Amino acid sequence: MKSQTDSPIIEVAARGLAPVIQLIGIYVFFHGHYGPGGGFQGGVLLAAGVLLLRMAVGFENSQVQVPSRKTLILCSVGALIFAGTGLVALLMGGNFMDYAHLPVPGMEAADIRYYAILFIEIGVTMAVMTALISIYDDLLGT
Amino acid sequence: MQWQIEFLLFVILIIAALVALGIRNLLAAVVTLTIFSFMAALIMIYMGALDVGFTEAVVGAGVVGIFNVVAIFKTSRKSCD
Amino acid sequence: MTVADLPPRGDIGAPIQQQVNPSGTDVAGAYYIEYAYRDTHTPNMVAVVLADYRAFDTLGEVIVVFAGAIGCFFILRRRT
Repeated sequence: MKSQTDSPIIEVAARGLAPVIQLIGIYVFFHGHYGPGGGFQGGVLLAAGVLLLRMAVGFENSQVQVPSRKTLILCSVGALIFAGTGLVALLMGGNFMDYAHLPVPGMEAADIRYYAILFIEIGVTMAVMTALISIYDDLLGT
Repeated sequence: MQWQIEFLLFVILIIAALVALGIRNLLAAVVTLTIFSFMAALIMIYMGALDVGFTEAVVGAGVVGIFNVVAIFKTSRKSCD
Repeated sequence: MTVADLPPRGDIGAPIQQQVNPSGTDVAGAYYIEYAYRDTHTPNMVAVVLADYRAFDTLGEVIVVFAGAIGCFFILRRRT
């Protein structure tokens, strides 16, 4: 927990396994329109990949992937993407979170809703992933 | 339907919950709670709620276990009640 | 046996699936099942309900996670 583990087996296994976990997370996130999955599950899987690296190779060595001081900023940006999409729809004359009123020229309302769902899922993924990494860093006390 | 599978899952769920309540070693309690979460996810998937089961498996059996282990390593290994 | 007389799970002919609202219209799920693809062109109905029809619910979920991260930041993080 405090520093890099002594066993090279754990380090090599974690470094090999973490990109696969993150690839599955990205697949789950982008496949949310067509099957079970979505932003929350994809974000938690992405966070699990980073947390595996944090546990295996130590706190300082895993700052390359997600820096510890940027996690809360990215979390705020993710929540802001979600709420901002709803607010833009509100300002353009629809209800809050009514994506059909988003100002996208040249698309019908159903397609705007399709891409707006994908856009807010990006916000959910960023917020959940970085929030979990931030909670882990805070629990570690560094 | 094959109610035996679901009955077995419920039995393992209740046993895992009781063991997690009664055990003194906190790390073993965390592992047992992970088993509890995974069994709950399997029951939800068996009932047809794929999204809920997926979320339960990822959150309950993955990240919450990591957080509990970190909290135990920052405090103490044994429960003192 | 009372339990054995219950309909199987997910049975389309069960009495709970035949009910209508007190106002006389269909239950709310019937609208989502019928018009989810027409409204959003998204095949997964669960994603449509979570992110479009009930987006306010998902927004509250994200705010809860964000509030947890902020609380851990202010309580647990050491000043350097």
